[in-house]
Amino acid sequence: MPRNLIDIVDLSVEEINELIATAEDIIANPAKYQDACAHKQLATLFFEPSTRTRLSFESAMLGLGGSVLGFSSASSSSTAKGETVGDTIHTVSCYADIIAMRHPKEGAPLAAAQVADVPIINAGDGGHNHPTQTLTDLLTIHREKGRLDNFTIGFCGDLKFGRTVHSLVNALSRYSNINFVLISPLELKLPRYVKEEALKKKGIPYTQTTDLESVIPQLDILYMTRVQKERFFNEEDYLRLKDSYVLTPEKLVNAKSDLSILHPLPRVNEISVAVDKDPRAAYWRQVKNGKFIRMALIMKLLGIEV
Amino acid sequence: MNIDSIQNGVVLDHIQAGKSMDIYKYLHLDELDCQVAIIKNARSEHMGRKDIIKIDYPLDLDLDVLGYIDSNITVNIIRDGKRVEKKHLELPHKLVNVIHCKNPRCITVSESQLDAIFLLSDPAKHTYRCAYCETAIDKKF
Repeated sequence: MPRNLIDIVDLSVEEINELIATAEDIIANPAKYQDACAHKQLATLFFEPSTRTRLSFESAMLGLGGSVLGFSSASSSSTAKGETVGDTIHTVSCYADIIAMRHPKEGAPLAAAQVADVPIINAGDGGHNHPTQTLTDLLTIHREKGRLDNFTIGFCGDLKFGRTVHSLVNALSRYSNINFVLISPLELKLPRYVKEEALKKKGIPYTQTTDLESVIPQLDILYMTRVQKERFFNEEDYLRLKDSYVLTPEKLVNAKSDLSILHPLPRVNEISVAVDKDPRAAYWRQVKNGKFIRMALIMKLLGIEV
Repeated sequence: MNIDSIQNGVVLDHIQAGKSMDIYKYLHLDELDCQVAIIKNARSEHMGRKDIIKIDYPLDLDLDVLGYIDSNITVNIIRDGKRVEKKHLELPHKLVNVIHCKNPRCITVSESQLDAIFLLSDPAKHTYRCAYCETAIDKKF
């Protein structure tokens, strides 16, 4: 059975720490890894649009000396003809050594893993999971703070449909002494099952609020998220909630001087472009980290060591 | 009230009073040709009242389904008029094609050929979650 990454909890804390160490080494010594995946092929199957995730997977594989094939929308695949996920994956398994897939339906990567004989990487399944974004976030926190424990992190925005939030909360709940502050409109609170499984069962402290400004001074990390139009069945609800939080330089006046601001991107209005110049804005560095952690992951799932 | 003993078959005992018809339907017992007796509100020392179902046929029951419906049920296997086995049920860890996900965003809703797999996530609350999308489902019974 090939090793897959469907959910961040498929990886142990030790494995995550190893991936971060490998990514750090890739950043320091890129030439050492430039032929690590020579003659290997990555298929990027994106049944839903993406800029960063797809390109970072492709850039990661090319950076390892491998090659890439795939599609970037369901309309350009046989899905448009009614083909099932399983049949598509069966087919692509014949051509590629490893598959990264994004799909609008929750659980589609697990369905793919049931039939694939090559590793499957979940590159996002609807509003459910996005484990490689979580790895990116963890590498970014590690690089910004030098550790993955002992801090207060605020999650702000759409915590209901924000899959990156669910995965990161799950992942961080396995590290020690982390205080979670959950900032969202009442309609977009973190789902009860995530709180139950990741926080309550483990006795991890968390606070919930609708007011970003009142909690910003206590945060070491602020993880902003976009209210995602594509997750709403009702446009009225989206329009009402989309600008619930807008981070501006004025709102950062009372924040810590070493705050790190993360965002999985794309952003719409939730972070003013004026914040980009603030050294605490870590989201462009976060994008870059995404490539390196995916390089480490591809090598791990292919069983390649350098 | 007299009901003939069965010779070769199954007796489902300790069914919660009033639930026997649900189980009758869930196990598709209406599709059997043999005698099936449903006893409602029988006196019970432990339960006060209980239901019992007697099936005069050596039916191969799906104990996972039955355990999910009501893990307090006892299953008695009858051969030549005598009880040869008594099985106590437990909540199954995994359910395959017993219940189906209602989340419209779940892949199993749009691709119905996939096995509907649910995993027990909270035994105390009898909560099962879809293995694909993690949506919790309320126990039907």
